[in-house]
Amino acid sequence: MLEPAVVQGVLHEALRHGGDLAEIFVEDRRSTTVRLDDGRIEELTSGRDRGAGIRVVVGDTTGFAHTAALDPAGLLAAAEAAGAAARQGGGGTRVATLERRVVTPGAVRIQPEDVSKAAKVELLSRADEAARSAGDAIRQVSAGYGDTRRRILVANSDGLFAEDDQVRTRLVVSCVALGDTGMQTGFEAAAATVGWELFDEHPAEEIARLAAERALRKLAARPAPSGSLPVVIGPGSGGVLFHEACGHGLEADLVGKGASVFRDRVGQRVASPGVTLVDDGTIGGEWGTAAIDDEGHPAGSNVLIDDGVLTDYMYDLLRSRQEGRASSGNGRRQSYKHLPMVRMTNTFLLGGREDPAAIVAGTDHGVYVARLGGGQVNTATGDFVFGMAESYLIEDGQITEPLREGNLIGNGPEVLRAIDAVGDDFAMGVGGGTCGKDGQSVPVGVGQPTLRVAAMTIGGTAA
Amino acid sequence: MTASPVSAEVDRASDPEVLLGLADRIVSWARDGEEVEAFVARSQRTSVVAYDGGIESLSQATSAGIGVRVVVDGRQGFAYAGSLDPEVLAETLAEARDNVAFATADEANGLADPDGVPAPELDVHRADLASVPTDRKVALALELERRVRAGDPRIRGTRNASYGDSIGTGAIVSSRGIRAVGSSTTSYVAVLALAGDGDETQTGGGVSVGRHPDELDLDEAALDAVTRATRMLGARQAPTQRLTVVLEPEITAAFLGIIGATLSGESVLKGRSLFANRVGETVAAPLLTLVDDPTNPATLAADPFDGEGLASRRNVLFEGGVLQRFLYDTWSARKAGTTSTASAVRGYSSTPGVGARALAVVPGSLDQPALLASIGDGLLVQGVTGLHSGVNPVSGDFSVGAEGVMIRGGEPAEPVREITIASSLQRMLLDIVAVGGDLEWLPGGTGSVSLAIRDVSLSGS
Repeated sequence: MLEPAVVQGVLHEALRHGGDLAEIFVEDRRSTTVRLDDGRIEELTSGRDRGAGIRVVVGDTTGFAHTAALDPAGLLAAAEAAGAAARQGGGGTRVATLERRVVTPGAVRIQPEDVSKAAKVELLSRADEAARSAGDAIRQVSAGYGDTRRRILVANSDGLFAEDDQVRTRLVVSCVALGDTGMQTGFEAAAATVGWELFDEHPAEEIARLAAERALRKLAARPAPSGSLPVVIGPGSGGVLFHEACGHGLEADLVGKGASVFRDRVGQRVASPGVTLVDDGTIGGEWGTAAIDDEGHPAGSNVLIDDGVLTDYMYDLLRSRQEGRASSGNGRRQSYKHLPMVRMTNTFLLGGREDPAAIVAGTDHGVYVARLGGGQVNTATGDFVFGMAESYLIEDGQITEPLREGNLIGNGPEVLRAIDAVGDDFAMGVGGGTCGKDGQSVPVGVGQPTLRVAAMTIGGTAA
Repeated sequence: MTASPVSAEVDRASDPEVLLGLADRIVSWARDGEEVEAFVARSQRTSVVAYDGGIESLSQATSAGIGVRVVVDGRQGFAYAGSLDPEVLAETLAEARDNVAFATADEANGLADPDGVPAPELDVHRADLASVPTDRKVALALELERRVRAGDPRIRGTRNASYGDSIGTGAIVSSRGIRAVGSSTTSYVAVLALAGDGDETQTGGGVSVGRHPDELDLDEAALDAVTRATRMLGARQAPTQRLTVVLEPEITAAFLGIIGATLSGESVLKGRSLFANRVGETVAAPLLTLVDDPTNPATLAADPFDGEGLASRRNVLFEGGVLQRFLYDTWSARKAGTTSTASAVRGYSSTPGVGARALAVVPGSLDQPALLASIGDGLLVQGVTGLHSGVNPVSGDFSVGAEGVMIRGGEPAEPVREITIASSLQRMLLDIVAVGGDLEWLPGGTGSVSLAIRDVSLSGS
């Protein structure tokens, strides 16, 4: 993307007024999106964003500037701006000789850019047809296809020079069904850090059928109960529970600011025995996977909670420098226009030993959540919510009637201690998630086996 | 610390005329039988984050980009690029042209036709924001953090005590005769306070917005954050019950945003609106009058033009609880056999979509304390979570996480957390029992008030 000699000069300029660290992040991102709605291909969009973000760190202060001009004049102007913004005396840091880090980008069998636009349009038409054929009650289908190719270069004054090539492909289908009780919606998605081969494993028709069936099932749904009940959460996308319940609270930037309930808890029991939580950006193809993070550090596989005991937090470059340790490979950013911060990659709870069917059978009266929607957490209090996109009543150990949408609410540390059964059916969620923090969105993966929380508050509308 | 003013990027195109000129150039390349629209935007932003008496980060940068739409025989193609480089303009047009062939033909597709509505003159650009020294911006962030920390002995610190501003210009030109340009400035301070007692930490936010640092009220932002964080200390789960809730203006605004989306002509056409076929009917309590008014210079969303270059206008959505109209952009208006309400919203990286642009409630007469006194008993909601997962805008059902303080004898009482509140949007609108007079203009551009709603389900212990 840029020659090491050019990069070296830019870093040198950034440190001209002093500073402890200078870094350049260059990004060239091309995307294609296609949107189908109401049986029509509304549009096909091609996008290109390219630029560089430069930061200079002096003590606890960071100066940052970005530019879309990748010519030497544009880069040097941004370097000067970032350096001036952080000017605080200090300094004397010299730019080390840049050494190219060996990076093996994720395997992509079929580059989406080599697939015709017509094939992408046809994929959505097939999804539309499959969803509509799932039942007469399906009244509306919308579907979206997106692929991005994101090439990045990261270099810093410590001598780091690393490049990566990240390809992501995604299909989402959303259906509206109309019945006696009004309209209900169903949603399904497939998303991975792979190319067009995504659809070998997840055919568009299957994604569409799942979305349609979810909407149809909800037509018969009754209002969710309200109050405290045992909750069994199915495998896969249920992992968003941990993303919210404790993932964010284990991000070192929030911990460092006293904005996490998990501060000063390393080495302590924070969850039931049998609960092992991992953040792993190295798993081939997963939505939150990349060879390097957005600070050039290799993605890591980090055990955060081991058999119920908190083992470590997640770190980016700044937080790890402050604490004199290594980054855990969790420094991520939305684009070259953003400063990196501590972010999750793929966060999941490892499988246990119990038979998932026995977990349900052992639940007298409760709720079974087959599919979770999005969630949100206040890391300072640990209170979180997430939506039940598909859920059922459990009566006498049997999954019975479907429930309408509602939120579950809980407190992270309390829920971790209230997990009383962990199944042996671990799975990653296939839909891919988007995690937002301080205005920045990044792709993340989640996963978990079937598990039960002894009691959670269900925010339904039933009296 | 000291910081010097910096020029983040060579200032290549700050003049609105320059942006118009770039858009003109793209449109001049339109071929016979082709409609072409170019949207060109540029913004300069500064943001400062203070932490622990120092500056955590200072960012200064310029962003610019173009979005090009091409329509041929009812087929639309689009492409965008985050750059204004000369070679990028032609590439982006070529890419948009290439995409035309893949879209489904729709006779309602097409660019906006000038409709003769005069654009409002809006005083939304403070030219001297560009010359405010960076030192002053840094000082504002530091001062905000200092005031929050000094606000109460139980304040332990802050997250994201920040100052930010932007100078933005957007130009739209089309081969159908649209030619519009507008510039505006915004300036804000925002803070999240952390209050502590023993092992417990609670948070509360405060914000002040304007178009220039002179228009900001640091004390108000600091006081809001301190009050909200400290009054939550000791919060517990409340028992499950039905009760009256009072939404603080920020929370009202979040719900209004969802209701605004259900009033888009596109939702109605696609059979996804709760309010389809209900124009002229009473859908809300008579107390509620809701407008979408980007011509009011008080809102940060004020803009003389919409995303298709039509002059902005004041659209009344609910008048005395009666549904007046839906919102339309050009496509949805043609589809519905009506005219655009100038409700197209967009950035350079997306095609125009229809949406509310600057929602505002016509305020009542009671300030918040008087409103609480009139309610007697209930829950004052200061925070909600899970709006994106817990509200179904198609069915109208919602269930969201909430925190706030109980209202007892008309006064704020003990704090509660880890509860959900649930109802449906349809019922909530009809169940409004009081509209506050405490109109507040929020960062997102909404003019909002405290709103009291009866018979809401609270789930808790």
